[in-house]
Order: sequence, then structure tokens, then C-alpha cells
Amino acid sequence: MKLETVRQILDCQVLTGKEKLEVEVGVGCGADLMSDVLAYVKPNALLLTGLTNVQSVRTADIAGVRAIVYVRGKRPDKEAIELAEKMGIVLLATNLLMYEACGKLYAHGLRGGSETEEGSNHVRGAHLLSTL
Amino acid sequence: MSEEPIFSQRFDICGRDFVNGGKASTTVKAILREIGIDPAAIRRAAIAAYEAEMNVVLYARKGTMELRVTSKDVRITVEDEGDGIADMELAMQEGYSTAPDEIREMGFGAGMGLPNIKKNADSFAIDSVVGKGTTLEIVIRP
Repeated sequence: MKLETVRQILDCQVLTGKEKLEVEVGVGCGADLMSDVLAYVKPNALLLTGLTNVQSVRTADIAGVRAIVYVRGKRPDKEAIELAEKMGIVLLATNLLMYEACGKLYAHGLRGGSETEEGSNHVRGAHLLSTL
Repeated sequence: MSEEPIFSQRFDICGRDFVNGGKASTTVKAILREIGIDPAAIRRAAIAAYEAEMNVVLYARKGTMELRVTSKDVRITVEDEGDGIADMELAMQEGYSTAPDEIREMGFGAGMGLPNIKKNADSFAIDSVVGKGTTLEIVIRP
């Protein structure tokens, strides 16, 4: 799914990477704990999170996340935005709650990590939408 | 005998420095990319390094990370001065965490750190002395 499509579906504000909205993400992951992201996220993912500090961006960079959607109307802090600009990670923000944001993207076809790769159906929790 | 490294570098990790926490791992990832290691192996190395680095930042006073790359493998050794781990079996259990609320509020303490390091490594060794510190050795074979 193109980030521009994500932006439209979730009515997002674009915080960084306006020029990268044509980038495609292959899978979605919703989590507020970064170790859960590191444990379950697949490469080329879109991360939805309520965690707004600099570690949300560092985790994204380490795990190969292309873009982050901050949910619940939260906005990342200054360090997070600066790091995202440096790392080339797109930051979006929506006023929707985590459940609503994940649900809308899922309904439009963006699947979770346990469904998009073979042998990875051990996923537990972390709002990964695997049990819908 | 271990093979002569084609690259090695040591990084200092400062406990409680949350803003800079993770920088060493980001640098490790960039170095491995520069060397031309297989991308899937880089991702595993970066995740394991980052989890280990954040453990030092969140739980220890200070530590070091040493990266050694040979033609055969990528070796990441993380050593810290801290409280150590009292119950290793519990610490290796997914979801078990001793993290206080303040660490969880920062997005860590899910109890996935050590299991996640083990999962990403081809070989993983941990040694901890209560009251002194913890040493982790992570080996990735691309």
C-alpha cells in the first residue's frame, strides 16, 4: 500500500517525508512497546504506535520500518522528528485510536506480519491483527 | 583460534542516556552495510545489537559494545557494569520483565529483549554476575 493511500485512509498529517508518499509498505504492525516491534515486525513495514519519543524512530530504522503513523493524536518530540529526517523515515500522525487506525488499514488490504510470510504464525499480541 | 578481523570497533554505552541510546547499533548497521554483508544478516545483527545496547542504557551504569567482523561471521560483544541478572531462566522467558513503569513508559520492558537477541543470533552466550554486570556475545553468520 502506498503511503499516500495510508495518509488518505487515516486522514494523516505528514510530519516528515512529504516527497516519499509514493513509497509502498508491504505489511502493518501496531505496538507501543518497541521490543514487541523488534520481535514481530517484518521488513518494509508501516508501524502504528502511540510511543512518540526518539526510540520509536531508532527502532524503526533498526527494524527496516519505512514509515510510522502516530495514533491517538499524539505527536513525536523534536529529537524524533530530526532523527527521522536524517534516517529518511516518513512520519505521519492521525487522530484515530490505535484500534481504529489498524482496522481501517486492514480493511483496505494491508495485512499483518503473521499473514504475509510463511512460517511466522507464532505471533502473539501487540495488536498485530493476526487473530481477526 | 579466532580469525583475524577485517573490521573491529568498540563503542561506549552510557547508562540512562535515553536520547543517545541506540546510536552504537545504528552505526554498527551502517558499518555492516558498508562492508557489504547480506541484508537479512544485517537486520538480525542490528536488532540483536540494539536490544543489547538498550538493555545497558535502561538497566546498567555503563557498558561497551565491540563489533568484530571476519570473513566468516559478525561478532557483537556487549559488556556492562550493573546489577546483573539474578534469575537467568526467567530473564530468557518471553514476556518476563523486571522493568519499572518508567521504562515501560519509554516503550521498553516488554520482556522480549533477551529472547529476541537469541532468536536473531546464530549463536548467543550470556554471562552475568549479580552486583557486577552482564556480558553478552552475539554471533551472526551471514
